[in-house]
Amino acid sequence: MKYKRENLSATLFILPSFLPLVAFLIVPMLAAVTLSFAQWDLLTPPSWVGLENYFELFKSAVFWQTLKNSIVFILGYLPIVYTLGLAAALALNKKFVGSGLLRAAYFLPVITSWVIVSLLWKWILNPEGGVVNSLLSQIGIQGPGWWTSTTWAMPTVIIASAWKDLGYVMLLLLAGLQSIPPEYQEAAAIDGASKSQILRLITLPLLTPATFFVIVISLINNFQVFDQIYLMTSGGPEGSTSVIVQQIVKNSFDYGRMGYASALSMVLFVIILSITLVQIKLQKRWVNYE
Amino acid sequence: MSKSIHQVNYFQRAFLIIGGVVMLFPFFWMISSSLKNDVEAFATPPTIFPSSPNLDNYRTVAEYLDLKQLFINSMSVSLIVTFLQLLTSSMAGYAFARIRFRGKSIIFMAYLVTMMIPMQVVVVPLFIEMRELNLIDSYLGLGLPMIVSAFGTFFMRQAMMGIPKEIEEAAILDGAGHFRIFSRIAIPLTIPALSALCILAFMSVWNSFLWPLIVLFSPEKMTIPLGLAILHGEHKTDWPMVMAGTTLAVIPIAIVYLLLQRQITQSFLTAGLKG
Repeated sequence: MKYKRENLSATLFILPSFLPLVAFLIVPMLAAVTLSFAQWDLLTPPSWVGLENYFELFKSAVFWQTLKNSIVFILGYLPIVYTLGLAAALALNKKFVGSGLLRAAYFLPVITSWVIVSLLWKWILNPEGGVVNSLLSQIGIQGPGWWTSTTWAMPTVIIASAWKDLGYVMLLLLAGLQSIPPEYQEAAAIDGASKSQILRLITLPLLTPATFFVIVISLINNFQVFDQIYLMTSGGPEGSTSVIVQQIVKNSFDYGRMGYASALSMVLFVIILSITLVQIKLQKRWVNYE
Repeated sequence: MSKSIHQVNYFQRAFLIIGGVVMLFPFFWMISSSLKNDVEAFATPPTIFPSSPNLDNYRTVAEYLDLKQLFINSMSVSLIVTFLQLLTSSMAGYAFARIRFRGKSIIFMAYLVTMMIPMQVVVVPLFIEMRELNLIDSYLGLGLPMIVSAFGTFFMRQAMMGIPKEIEEAAILDGAGHFRIFSRIAIPLTIPALSALCILAFMSVWNSFLWPLIVLFSPEKMTIPLGLAILHGEHKTDWPMVMAGTTLAVIPIAIVYLLLQRQITQSFLTAGLKG
């Protein structure tokens, strides 16, 4: 009797969240799996094509290009955001006059929307009349075409992304630093260790959980990049900044290829799932928890 | 205690301050550009401060965009969705943390699995579903997929597991049922977690772009990010005017951030470390 009532209460508590979860996440997820085996333009009835979308995808140069772009993006972005974030976190680890203000300055871009961030950087790095190129021309350097150039479009996106995320990475590393007991560093200093030795042999190894978290979260987030690409470059020029999510949107809403777009979604899902699973598995092994 | 690690490191300070200036420069340049006329904005060498600041660009933005409407749209969608997300997350979180029922572990597993599905993976079928339900270009279509968050549920469950059993038992002895315990005990005791979730949910709805871009068409229904994107799309080279638009969009964020700085950074941290 009591147990039945508990079941009823639980149902009432969970339904308001479970129904939307099923309707707007689980059902669409299953639909995406199904659709990835079909061809559908939304106008004529869908037709079953088996694995054809996947075959096409893996043979498509555009698809490999987008994957390569994502990896290039991450390889450019991660070292910048991690090094600068770590430097800022190390310097801000002690409180001093103005440290709160500096933290705020570093964090403001994190809460600013991608639309705003993209437009700001597009203007700053505008090839003509943008402040960076204007200043470069003052010292006799012809500035690059930034987001209009096939070589510079990706660095442009990387700069804007690093600027936006730096404060978040700093925050995570700062929390990591503060969880290291100061006695360790003090003991090493008493034993005559130099500052760089303390950093290299004590601080950094004890910071691995935070570092690991920053890397994983960057990987997961950056494979889903869309807003800044859409606004800054639309994937161009000549596909040099095209990424998976942008291809999904383009194929479904511009070309009406719902099946092919769903196959792309599945690839994205598998990538994110693998990163998450690797994280769960490795976390136990090479992270130096106290 | 050794001196070497507690000394002020001037090199570090200099680095930090230069870094802070670099971080704030884009915001400064945005405001400065928005107050310049078209000629000065593109001038070489650039002028740091506008020589004769004026609000013309703001007037032009106001002609193209119904700013008040955009703000009201963004605000109402964000507030309602955030409220519903907190409600659904805390209710389900309560059930998972405090009620014993059949199938609990399986259902909870479903939540954990869906936490790994990003919105980007399901936009296509979600759009088709909304089209079938006739909810395209409506706030219902925009908001419904965001009123539930598997992460929020997980987060609230963790918070509610921390409520001491004695408090709950005392309430049960007084004849309280689950709804009473939920509203009188669980909610008041998890205010810190709820406010962290509130900040994160509000920000993610307020800043969301991909789903609104797909599901909304009518200009009068659009949210601030969409309005800005359209402003930029239609006036690709009128940068001073676009900067006036982004300045207006930054103002509410900056005000909220100044007021809630500690809570905002804290919520990003708790969510980061527990998620």
